[in-house]
Amino acid sequence: MRIIVAIAAVAVAASAAAQESKVVLKEGAGRDKAMQCLACHSLDYIQMNSRFMDKAGWTASINKMINAFAAPIPKADVDSIAGYLAEQYGKPAQR
Amino acid sequence: MDNSSRSKSRRAFVAGLSSAGALAALGALPRALAARVGGTASLGLAELPDGTLAEQVLYALPGKVPLIKKTYRPPNFETPVEYFRTPITPNKAFFVRWHLAGIPQISARDWVLSIGGDAAEREVKFTLAQLKREFKPAQVTAVNQCSGNRRGLFEPHVPGVEWGVGAMGNAVWRGVRLNDVLAKAGVKAGALEVVLNGADHAPLDKTPDFVKSLPLDVALRDEVLIAFEMNGEPLPHWNGFPARLVVPGWTGTYWVKQLSTVNVTSQPEKNFWMSTAYRLPRGKFKTPTFASQLYAPNEPITTMVVNSLVTSLKSGDQVARGKPIEVKGIAFDGGAGIDRVEISTDFGASWTRARLGRDLGRYSFREFSLSVPARERGSIVVMARATSSSGEAQVGELIHNPAGYHHNVIQRIYVEVV
Repeated sequence: MRIIVAIAAVAVAASAAAQESKVVLKEGAGRDKAMQCLACHSLDYIQMNSRFMDKAGWTASINKMINAFAAPIPKADVDSIAGYLAEQYGKPAQR
Repeated sequence: MDNSSRSKSRRAFVAGLSSAGALAALGALPRALAARVGGTASLGLAELPDGTLAEQVLYALPGKVPLIKKTYRPPNFETPVEYFRTPITPNKAFFVRWHLAGIPQISARDWVLSIGGDAAEREVKFTLAQLKREFKPAQVTAVNQCSGNRRGLFEPHVPGVEWGVGAMGNAVWRGVRLNDVLAKAGVKAGALEVVLNGADHAPLDKTPDFVKSLPLDVALRDEVLIAFEMNGEPLPHWNGFPARLVVPGWTGTYWVKQLSTVNVTSQPEKNFWMSTAYRLPRGKFKTPTFASQLYAPNEPITTMVVNSLVTSLKSGDQVARGKPIEVKGIAFDGGAGIDRVEISTDFGASWTRARLGRDLGRYSFREFSLSVPARERGSIVVMARATSSSGEAQVGELIHNPAGYHHNVIQRIYVEVV
């Protein structure tokens, strides 16, 4: 409980933009390209939608951003972003 | 305890109950019945995706109390369960949901509402002062709930904002009737839909603007308001100041915030937010159809399904043997009103009617309460099932759909009698 109260107290003092900047993507190949998501939304969208999508699921999400929302992500980047998201935020491999 | 360890212990607790040993302790129950479903918790519901639980924190937007942060930009914040212990949700705790990150600060003096469209006789504009002065005030108590409330509880998970149970609220909305305002513009005989746009916008020009439409007959109903007050105060910025649409019974997607343009049209609105988003597989739910929007294999979401939320208990709670367990909460539906809420502590074999609270209108939250005995030590599973006045009841099993809408599965809350 103490940490939640502390987080709330800090939050009142800081702006949402400052809070957003604390959301950091995990290190890994393709991370730089995934940072393009920031053009439209905070990166917590990625963490929030983990870990239940495989690479095909993440590919569909990225394509939705490009095709439905006009995200300026080069087609050539889709595979490496999807690979990064599947690796770092994807469904854990079946045991 | 921190957020993640709390969620881990809850997860372990719920998972433990699903194990064969715990099942034996609960009696010979079918495994499907013991599946975890919507055990209310204050912040982290064990059923939410791992990443959601790890990422969400309490955070206070300006003018708000700390709410459960889902995303910072655009801001999506959910109301913690404790604020549903009263039938009216305080403005400061009311959930926040935006699709696009461009949310202007609008001054009440500068705001103008434009009414027009190809099926309107003429274009008219009103300032906030004119709306208040020239039209009869109207008021309604109504639940505003995101279509995707409880999406995070979907199994299997579906992508989107992974809401727990708090993407909803109930308020007294005050403003003017949309039909009175539309009458000033004049509705032509060929009118089909009423198209609503707010001042919010996307960071990129090419992203579809958030524009919604309603069937003309719904838009003309007396209870549909252009609201500028919520619980006796101006709308909070985050909830659509200076004015938003209020469509009692219909899901939150139609309650356009920072309303700036209303167009009466003779053709169906086919932008992304109508033609692709907020759609359900056709015929899967018994909600009303949106006739002019049936040009695709799926159909738009319309009214809310009946639902309830237990607010006095959460999974993992320990209660003292011999003392009754107070089961309290709220129930609501798409506008028929709540007929009854029943409680079961034997996995649905028997149900006892809870006492209903004061009737605040058929679009409002309705409180319920019941004391149930806790005579023996061990696990008790508390279930609450709401039934509307039209006979619609909450479902025992999730009606899965790709976008994660209409989650109204009966909650199962695991309580330990010690």
